[in-house]
Amino acid sequence: MGIISRGFSGRRTPTDVKLPPGQYLTTDFPVLSAGPTPHVPLERWEFVIDDGKNVLQRWDWKSFRNLPSETVTVDLHCVTRWSKLGTSWEGVSLDTLLAGIKTDASYTLVRSCGDYTTNVPLKDLLNKQAWIAFRYDEQDLAPEHGGPARLLVPHLYLWKSAKWVRGMTLMHEDKPGFWEGLGYHIYGDPWREQRYSGDR
Amino acid sequence: MWRVGTVVALHDETATTRTITLELPDWPGHVAGQHLDVRLTAPDGYSAVRSYSIASAPNTERRVQITVERLPNGEVSPYLTQEVIVGDRLELRGPIGGWFVWRRQQTEPIQLVAGGSGIVPLMAMIRSRASASSTVPFRLLYSVREPGAVFYRDELRTLSAEHRSVIVTYAYTRTVPKDWPRPPGRIDAALIRATTWPAHLGPACYICGPTPFVETVANLLTASGNDRDKIRTERFGPTGERK
Repeated sequence: MGIISRGFSGRRTPTDVKLPPGQYLTTDFPVLSAGPTPHVPLERWEFVIDDGKNVLQRWDWKSFRNLPSETVTVDLHCVTRWSKLGTSWEGVSLDTLLAGIKTDASYTLVRSCGDYTTNVPLKDLLNKQAWIAFRYDEQDLAPEHGGPARLLVPHLYLWKSAKWVRGMTLMHEDKPGFWEGLGYHIYGDPWREQRYSGDR
Repeated sequence: MWRVGTVVALHDETATTRTITLELPDWPGHVAGQHLDVRLTAPDGYSAVRSYSIASAPNTERRVQITVERLPNGEVSPYLTQEVIVGDRLELRGPIGGWFVWRRQQTEPIQLVAGGSGIVPLMAMIRSRASASSTVPFRLLYSVREPGAVFYRDELRTLSAEHRSVIVTYAYTRTVPKDWPRPPGRIDAALIRATTWPAHLGPACYICGPTPFVETVANLLTASGNDRDKIRTERFGPTGERK
């Protein structure tokens, strides 16, 4: 326990709500991104899976939206300490996107518009844990929240849920993405409070 | 790793905003634009942590300043702006962040755009430029509700008038000073054109403020020809559109 802050009592989250350590509850949906919001026209949108050398799969918006989608309700935990519970999304499961691909890779680097990347182990994208989401709260996903489509991998801190996704590279060795190279944790499990590099 | 800082000075910037100066013997140093985490702990062990931008320039005195705006219904900011007294000890972690930073080695012109309390990390950059005696041209466009809501007013006046460290333009959104040439209003394309570096100079742009503000300004700067890759943003608060 840290040093006591004289005169501080704090405001507790109701005890029936279980949050990861160091998080507080918000009902807003804050926005955090490193640069201007890109506006991606749907006719130019694509999602590409490659292995660093060859393209393994490619979808344009029409073929992507023809894939079966799922509606999920998940909790979001941002490294800047807010959590938002019970958010509802529609998206295509990564299980669906990766179904036709044979690989012995263990890691992925997810790419967005601009230079943004984030690394996620492949097993964290499988088994109903991750989606490419295109609707939020029953509306098309707004550009500032990552629209037309973003990765949604809610069991990791939200910076891993890359906005404006364009593709992913399957890799045999882990490689830090944008924030992971700027002092944030390589994996980012909110329940183990893996915020910054150096956190266990 | 949590470090313990001792409060050595308090200064009110506005009616609701206070700058806290902390002394940390083991502060590793920071870069202008970075932030830190503050942890408060109640007697029963309950703790709350929030991030604050560092306001001070990197220096060798092992001192760090943060400027905290009191938020209605805030948990940590009312304590930091009303309860804390000189001599109190606070737990800190940082510095954090390596993206929204200005380094003294940068040579391109710098365009800063602040909305309200978004001035804090930008002030660290202006102070860093001044303390490093850098000659890089700096401009600040500072959007603020009313004259009484300006942070660092006297220091900004000195830095711009006497030291020519930065060219400052204020954009008042609600109330303007007497005889002010521009009616109250938000930053628009005309003001961007008139008061920011022309895009052909290749300025690095730093925008910090509430989310709708940052969205608007980033779009105006790209529309006026600035390269998206040269625009760095830091946002706070909700989108203002959806809850």
